[in-house]
Amino acid sequence: MTMIFGVPFAVFMGQLMLGLINGAFYALLSLGLAVIFGLLKIVNFAHGAMYMLGAFATLLGMRYLGINYWAALLLAPLVVGLFGMVIERLLLRRIGHLDHLYGLLLTFGLALIFEGTLVNFFGVSGARYPTPEALQGGFQLGFMFLPVYRAWVLLAALVVCLGTWFIIERTRLGAYLRAGTENPALMQSFGVNVPLLITLTYGFGVALAAFAGVLAAPLYPVSPTMGSNLLIVVFAVVVIGGMGSILGAVLTGLGMGLIEGLTKVYYPEAANTVIFLVMILVLLIRPAGLFGKEA
Amino acid sequence: MNQVAEPVTDPTQYQDHDGAEMLRVRDLHAFYGESHILHGVDFDVKRGELVTLLGRNGAGRSTTLKSIMNMVGRRTGSIMINGNETLGMKPHRIPRLGIGYCPEERGIFASLDVEENLLLPPTVRSGGMSIDEIYAMFPNLYERRRSQGTRLSGGEQQMLAMARILRTGARMLLLDEITEGLAPVIVQKLGEVLVKLRDRGMTIVLVEQNFRFAAPLADRHYVMEHGRIIEEISKAELPGKRDHLNSLLGV
Repeated sequence: MTMIFGVPFAVFMGQLMLGLINGAFYALLSLGLAVIFGLLKIVNFAHGAMYMLGAFATLLGMRYLGINYWAALLLAPLVVGLFGMVIERLLLRRIGHLDHLYGLLLTFGLALIFEGTLVNFFGVSGARYPTPEALQGGFQLGFMFLPVYRAWVLLAALVVCLGTWFIIERTRLGAYLRAGTENPALMQSFGVNVPLLITLTYGFGVALAAFAGVLAAPLYPVSPTMGSNLLIVVFAVVVIGGMGSILGAVLTGLGMGLIEGLTKVYYPEAANTVIFLVMILVLLIRPAGLFGKEA
Repeated sequence: MNQVAEPVTDPTQYQDHDGAEMLRVRDLHAFYGESHILHGVDFDVKRGELVTLLGRNGAGRSTTLKSIMNMVGRRTGSIMINGNETLGMKPHRIPRLGIGYCPEERGIFASLDVEENLLLPPTVRSGGMSIDEIYAMFPNLYERRRSQGTRLSGGEQQMLAMARILRTGARMLLLDEITEGLAPVIVQKLGEVLVKLRDRGMTIVLVEQNFRFAAPLADRHYVMEHGRIIEEISKAELPGKRDHLNSLLGV
């Protein structure tokens, strides 16, 4: 058996794979946070709750409406995205002119409300969602066993991240978004409906979180607190990558997942804290984040 | 996407007769929070005219343009564009009446390259200049079309800020201090561009500090002070009123 620094190769690769999967979730979530922060300048503390709602929509959709995984992959982000747009229109818009701290507090409060409501009905223990049949089993790669579902999660997350990057950096709508981030008043003077652009952007960012929630449903227990547990790490990822950078959010997400996985192999005790250590280091050396622009 | 960039205004709804009034501002008051900036501005601009708003710093000229675009806090009075009252209109509707606005700070987007900046403003009416025509008018922009917008020189940024509203089909341009801080050779080039635009039948409202630049171009001048129009001077009256005007402007 090949050993890497005293660890069997298969174990090493297995942990690396797990790290990459976690990284894919970090990437999807921090991407949505970055998109939202860019245009709304709001640190969306409800992001974890939206991820959780995506997973719950998947679970409850199957239980009560017979909606299968593949349909949920499309419907859950759509429904949660629409829900997000309503929140933006009715709540976030009203505090848009205030200090950004108010947006943070409001979304944090919303997250607590969503979480609390679901805890009330479903408890905190979490439910299992079956892996869809087509994605069961795994590949024997020789050096490790790769479950099909994990490979699918990685693939789906990467495709969605790249698609988002493409829309924002290479399309006209993306140019509106980037320009609106810089100077919303001037975009209005060109005839662009900026308030609508903001609503759509929030809905899209939130839909990304819900999509991650659908991907997570067969992998982790679906519970009301699943989002808040993840969100703290995701915020650290966003800080490391730099607020508002699309590609930075994706690369940092994947990278931090890998670092976490490696730490699990060599010093498991630090696995839960290593990302925060990286965050402290990055803040000391590059306060704007690895990919952020200095203000 | 079409939702965000709403459809082009139906040309049949746009009453396009020549010599008609393009802009009529009556008793316009504007406020930024508690401060009362405009105190009853009255002026009008006919289709195809080039009109300047002159005055010292703080007289309210830029605020007048911003008020027309609904970019200030609160406004009262009346602003008719082509016969449409716009005081109650949302800011993103106003450009769709065929208005292009070039802000004093130019507003070139750093996250977009030159061509993206140029293509950014949605088309508001048909009949705008094509990208080829624009590059023919501003050859520098063509050479630098892949550069980041804010990497251009001040003069090139000003050209870009003007060029991008020519593409949209706007028939009236509100230009705020376009010669500010630019070298004489660039100012001269901008003058030539304005003449070309006027010859194309464009209506232009020019806020200008550089009176020597504006004088030969404009059909009429409005002088502002303390948030009001205090004097109107036509091109014909100008030679006899030069000293008076200089004293008003404090030149």
